[in-house]
Order: sequence, then structure tokens, then C-alpha cells
Amino acid sequence: MLVAFGGLGVGIVSLCRWAGGRHPILFTKADLFVAIPLAILGAFLGAFDSRTSRRYLFGAGWIRAAWMLVAFGGLGLGIVTLCRWAGGWHPILLTEPDVLVSALVAAPIGFLGGLGAFDYWTNYALGKPTPEHEDHSGHGARSWRDYFRVNTDHKVIGTQYLVTTIVFFVIGGMLALLVRAELAKPGTQYFSGQTYNSLFSVHASLMIFLFIIPAFAGLANFVVPLMLGAADMAFPRLNALSFWLLPVAGVMMVSSFIVGAFAGGWTGYAPLNSTHQPMGAIFFNQGVQWAGASSIMTALNFLVTIITMRAPGMTFWRMPLLVWANFTTSLLVVIATPFIAGSQFFSMFDHVMHTSFFTPVGGGYPLGYQHIFWFYSHPAVYIMMLPGFGIMSEVIAVFSRKPIFGYRLMALSLMAIVVLGFSVWAHHMFTSGMSSWLRDPMMITTLLIAVPTGIKIFSWLATMWEGKLHFNTPMLFALGFLSMFVIGGLSGVMLGAVPIDIHVTDTYFVVAHLHYVLFGGSVFTIFAGIYYWFPKMTGRMYDERLGKLHFWLTFVGFNLTFFPMHILGTEGMRRRISDYAPHFASLNLFISLASFGLGCSVLVFLYNMITSWRFGEVAPANPWRAMTLEWLVSSPPPTFNFDEIPQVVGSPYEYGVVGAQHAILAPSRAPELEEVPV
Amino acid sequence: MRRGSIVVLLGIGLVAAGVATAVAVIPTWLPVDASREAGRIDFTFWFVIAICIALFAIVAAAMIYSIIKFRAAPDDLEDGPPIHGHTGLEIAWTTVPFILVTAIAIVCGIVLSRNDAQGANPLRINVQAQQYAWSFSYPDAGNATSSELYLPVNRSVELYMRSLDVIHAFFVPDFRENEDIVPGMVTQLHITPDRIGTYTLQCNELCGAGHTLMNTQVIVESKRKFDSWVRQQKAGAGS
Repeated sequence: MLVAFGGLGVGIVSLCRWAGGRHPILFTKADLFVAIPLAILGAFLGAFDSRTSRRYLFGAGWIRAAWMLVAFGGLGLGIVTLCRWAGGWHPILLTEPDVLVSALVAAPIGFLGGLGAFDYWTNYALGKPTPEHEDHSGHGARSWRDYFRVNTDHKVIGTQYLVTTIVFFVIGGMLALLVRAELAKPGTQYFSGQTYNSLFSVHASLMIFLFIIPAFAGLANFVVPLMLGAADMAFPRLNALSFWLLPVAGVMMVSSFIVGAFAGGWTGYAPLNSTHQPMGAIFFNQGVQWAGASSIMTALNFLVTIITMRAPGMTFWRMPLLVWANFTTSLLVVIATPFIAGSQFFSMFDHVMHTSFFTPVGGGYPLGYQHIFWFYSHPAVYIMMLPGFGIMSEVIAVFSRKPIFGYRLMALSLMAIVVLGFSVWAHHMFTSGMSSWLRDPMMITTLLIAVPTGIKIFSWLATMWEGKLHFNTPMLFALGFLSMFVIGGLSGVMLGAVPIDIHVTDTYFVVAHLHYVLFGGSVFTIFAGIYYWFPKMTGRMYDERLGKLHFWLTFVGFNLTFFPMHILGTEGMRRRISDYAPHFASLNLFISLASFGLGCSVLVFLYNMITSWRFGEVAPANPWRAMTLEWLVSSPPPTFNFDEIPQVVGSPYEYGVVGAQHAILAPSRAPELEEVPV
Repeated sequence: MRRGSIVVLLGIGLVAAGVATAVAVIPTWLPVDASREAGRIDFTFWFVIAICIALFAIVAAAMIYSIIKFRAAPDDLEDGPPIHGHTGLEIAWTTVPFILVTAIAIVCGIVLSRNDAQGANPLRINVQAQQYAWSFSYPDAGNATSSELYLPVNRSVELYMRSLDVIHAFFVPDFRENEDIVPGMVTQLHITPDRIGTYTLQCNELCGAGHTLMNTQVIVESKRKFDSWVRQQKAGAGS
């Protein structure tokens, strides 16, 4: 079969060459590229009898995903080619963006279908038996292979999310290091203007859409159902689908380098990104759609889960603040994300179909893009912050051994941020040429957001006050977050003040601010959350010494990298430039060196995660002596979380209250009781 | 709280404020101010910085004090006191930041309205931006044109800015002025340069592969020199 398929491959190529008018039989590279994979496929199929090979080819899995990806991509191309032919245009032209769009839409659907993300629904719709409903074969992980399948277990999905997002974090980080390498010296070092612009554009897009937002979704996926006392999320199959959309989005954004990456910044302002960019801009438009669809589905899932699947006794005022945080975040996602979807569709139509939503020549309005874009992307800042606030509340209460200070105000301030968050978008546009009167109300609402944010910071400080502080790695990252986020928040107040913003907008001051908020803020909380729930997820303890080393390297490296950027910005160094005036040289070299150190700190993290997952000390059910529900079950939790439904009887943070409990399981099912000090 | 701990807390707060003030004062944060608007913007900058230093010092003091004072031994399995909240404190840290941001908003509002007010007899200049070049024309000075921006000192200048392709932005750090130039629109910017010198005008909105290099010079000179430059331009255009 190896020979047969190899021959078939050669034959097909020869035929194509002959049809194309070239010498048909010639063993060149192109031949081999087609023949070798076909030969391997043949050998593979030949090794099994026909029934097994049929199962491999047509059963849900990576092989079916591979050929369905190609088939659907081809189908998409075919439809457009046919339409072009019918419309009297040159039918076959792969350099035309409209041809590409069809493939980008169809191929991922083929991939997802091949993997089996739609199997249940398709079978149900066709009236075929749907055994998965009963046998739970796609639920839970028994071997590492189960992490590479469409799996409906929220704990597996949470882990899939986190591992995938960390992969994109590393890729995005390396792009940032390339940016810093170029900026280490004035003048052009390694990259042309266009390439340089694409480096920071892809860096930001990966970090925002493929790391921070989905990493929080991953942590919440694992933790929220457990904290609620639920067996799983409300819609497990939808949950699986939302995860598998992510690698699609990520691969799309990274692979835009093949066709000329998008270089209009992650903000993709029109008309630069809609009409003046290579085809990579379409990869960005499309990648955002897939990531956005994933976000929306997950958020709907969280909302329904939190509203309907709370254990008996779990009132809204007894929910852990992490659940509150994800509830409010999901509200933001569901309301705001369709706006960025719209902005990217219109931008893509301008590119592909030559509409003029945002090009003035046909009557379009470039500022319209910015208003729609920021109507999502400012709430997106809170989508990237609120889940971190939730993690902070858990970690700080547990490691201070004290109830969270002002629980209700903490929950209400989250809601206040949601409401205010929708009324501040134009503070990204103070100098955009929009009506100048709009600056004042937007400034006032922007500054007002400091109030609920301040409430949270002061309440965390008060939670620590007179507590019994234990400085394990999650707590270190929590304290790192608190200090960095205060700096990021204060520089945010400065940017909210219009006169200051006029001077520092689009300079390195903004770069410093956004990294203090998103790295010092969001990423530190993600690290805190990963260390905090690592024992629960893997059943093993991470290495505390390496964890602390990771924290200190990150904390010091982060500040050395990003603090000097404030000065560069106020002195007038613009962002998104590959060269700068000579008097900025020494600070930039310093920043570049520091950033390489910061990059190395991630290696410590990866080493710690991988070795601890494999060889770490076995974790007890409740290593942190926490009260929330996830710590009442074993580490890692059983496949269906709770063998019987827990009964919630009190607040989740009653540390120091004698005899207080958050929830009770039947006495036979309370393995952690012996750890309670007498 | 005992008096000793209040002293320690205050001490940490003062040290934190001192360090933050040193960071604010020692490096050169702002370029020279070369316009009347810049002075007001710098005032806002330092006004907000002062508030930020105070808030930072409070948070740093509470945090550092807690880290030192409330550290528990690893084998200490006790819990802290079950304090659930304090209504007075919660009201305080809601209202005080509210008052502070209101103060900031009022100062900013005043500065904005002053900076937007035109002086008498403004000089009108048309600015045209395109990938990746600037050009300027002077309708009040016989339609002289230039690829560098010549401005007379101490005269109110009104820029009318147009873009031929994508969004650009007019940014001169020394003037503290920054405004986008959007295709299909005319955006306006108002400057009163008050220091003779040569500055750099930079495009400050990512506009494509050559964005980094889209710079030109801004030359602010005395009224006499500016007028003779205008005459020269007109003569050059006529010949």
C-alpha cells in the first residue's frame, strides 16, 4: 500500500503538471511533497484491516480533522472560485483576498467537525443514536491522549485552556523580545519597518486574545463549577467547542506571517488595517472572530452555570468572590464582544469587497471604527482585570487567614466597574479628532472608575491587616499584583486626565501603563491562580523554592523593564516605532537587557510546572486550609466532582470564626477533617 | 493600635513618599515647554503626580507594614481575627478618592477650556499629512508652502489638518500638543509657541511601514525672521 499510495501521489502530480503544460514526469521537490505524505498515509492504512482504517479515517479525531480541514478549505475556495467565474472575473487567483477569506472561514469548521466538536449535535439532528449522552466516553481524562480530544469535562477543558494559552504566551513573549532586540540600539538592526510593525501587532494580539482572556477562562473553567458545588458547566459540549476555537484563532494569527503579517497594531485602526495592509490583516480580522466567538460561548456558559447550578444554600451573597468576578466578567463579554466582531467584519468587508464603511472616499467614517472597536476594547480591559480581582480575593483571604474585608462592597464594586466600564470607551480617543465636548464626560467617568477600584485595593489591604500572613508563591504574586496594579492604576488616572493624555497618548507612557495593568495586573494574577490551584488541578505540589525564584525574577525584571518606559514616554518617545532619537539610547538599551532577564524568568516557571506535574510531591485535598468548595474534594477531583451534592451553610471566608463552615458534605465524605487544627 | 505602631506606619509612609518624590523629581520627565499651552499641561501633570504620590505612599505603608508585622511562622496554624468589615472605613475610602478625582476633573476641565481658547488674530496654517511626509501651506501669508513648519513666536496659531490616506497624528512633545489627522475630516489644533527654537514634529499614529520616519522640523522664530521667511517663500513661488 505504501508503494501504491506513493505512486498515486506521483501520478496526481504528473497529471497536474501535464495539464499545466509542463514536462509531466520529473521527480522534483513538488512531486515528493505530495507523494511522501500520501505514501505514509497508505502505509498507515495498510497496517490495519479495513474496518480499523475506516475508524481512523472517519472516526472523530486528528486524522479526520486533517482531511476535513483540507476538504472544507477546498470547498470554501471552490465556492468563491465558482462565484468569481460566474461573475465574469478571473476565477483562479489565490492572491485575491476574497478567495482567502472563504478558506479561512471554511477550513476551521472542517477542522472542528473532524475533531468531533459537532458530532453530538449532528447525530441528534440526523436522528442517529447519541451514545455519548449515556456513556460519558468523552468526559474526563484517563490518559494524556484525552487532552487532545473534544472532551466535555470542565476540568480537562480548564487544563487544555491553560496549557494552550501558555504556549501562546511564550510565542507572544518571544515576539516581544524581538521587538526589544530591535530597540536595543537606535537605527535599524534586524527588521524592516513593516516586519517590525507586524512583530508588535502579533505580540499584542496573541497576549490579549490568546493568553490573558482565555487563561482566565481556563482557570474559571476549572474552578467555578467546583466552587458552586456543580458536577460540570451547564453546557459541557458548548464548553468543549469554545476551547477548540482557540487554537484555531491562535494558529490563524501566528500563520499570518506566511502571507505578510498584519502590521496595523492590535487595534487595527481603519483605514490603515482595512485597506493598506497585506493579506495578514484578514487573518487578524478572522482570528479575532474565532477568539471572540469562543469568549462569548464561554461567558454564556458561565452565566447559566452560575445562575442555575449553585449548590443548595449557595445564595448570591455566599458565592466566593472569584465566582462573582467571573459572573461580572461574563456579563461584560456577552454584551461587549459582538462589537469587536462587528468592527472586524466591516473592516474585512472594506478590504475584501471594497465597501467603504471606514474609508472616506465612499462616504465612510474612520472614527466610526474606533468608537465600535473601543466600545468592546475598553470593557475588554475589565474582562482582563475582573477575573484577576476574583483570584486576588481568594488568595489574599486564604493566605492572610482572615475573612475578606467588606465582602458585599467587594461584590458591588465589581458590578459598579461593569456599569461604568461601558461609559468610558472614548478615553482612548481624546486626541482622535472626535467632538471635543465628548472629552469631558468621558474623562469624568474614567476618573470615577478609580473609586470602585480603590475600594478593592483598600479592602485587600484591610484583609491583610492583623492577619496571619503566609508568603507562599500565590501570595507573593498577589502582593506583587497589588503593588504593580496600584502604579498602573495611578498612571491610569493620569491618562484619564485629558490635558496629560494629550501629551503622553501614543507614547511609551501608555506602553508602561498598559503593561503595569496587564502584566503587573492580569499576568501576575494568572500566575497566582496557577500556583494556587496547581495542587487541585494536577494532584501534585509545585516546587515552592522555584516558585519564589520565579516570582522574584518576574517582579524585579518586570519593574526594570517597564518602569523606565514612563520616563521615555513623558519625554516624548512615541510607541510603535522601530527607531528613536539618540538621546533615548541608554534607557532603551537598559530596558532591552532587563526584558531579556524577564524572558528568562518564564523558563523557571515552565521548568517548575513540567517537573512538578510529573514528579511533584502528592498534594493533599486542601493544602492551603481554604474553605471554598473545591478544597472539600480530593486533588485532583473525581470525574463528577462531588459524589453527593454539598449543602452550603455559610460564607466562604469565615477564617478565625470558631466552628464556622462554608459547606458540609455527608460525614463519610469529608476527608480533610483531620487537617483542621484542634 | 498602639502609638508605637502608628509611628512606624507613618515612618514607612514618609519613606515611601520620599522615594516616590525622588523618582518624580530627579530624572528629567518632561521636555522643554515651548508653548503657552505646555505650561498649563505641566501644571496638571505635577498636580496629579502629587496626588498619586500621596495615594502610593498610603498603600505602600499599609502593605509594607503588614508584610513585616503580620508575617506568620510557617508552622503557625492559627487564623487571624474574624473582622468582616468596618462601615466607617468603607465609606471613607469611597468618598476620599471620589473627592480627589473630582478635584482632578475640575482642574483638567479648566486647563482644557483655557488651552482651547484662541488668541487674537490667529495665524491659519493648513497641514497636509500623507504616507510618510508633511506639507504646510500658509493662507494668511500669500499661500506660501513648505515641508517644514515655520511658526512665529508668541502668536496664536490655528492648524487645519487633513490627511490624504490613513490616520496620522500631529505630535510635538515640546508643545505638549497631539491631535490625530483623519482622512475625510479636517481636525484643528491650537498652539501658541513661546520659545524660539527648532523642534521635531512626529507622526504619532501608526500609519504604515514608514511611520517611524515620518518626522519633520518645527522652526519657531521671531516675528521679523518669520516675516522675511514668508517674503522669501512668496518670491520663490513667483519666480
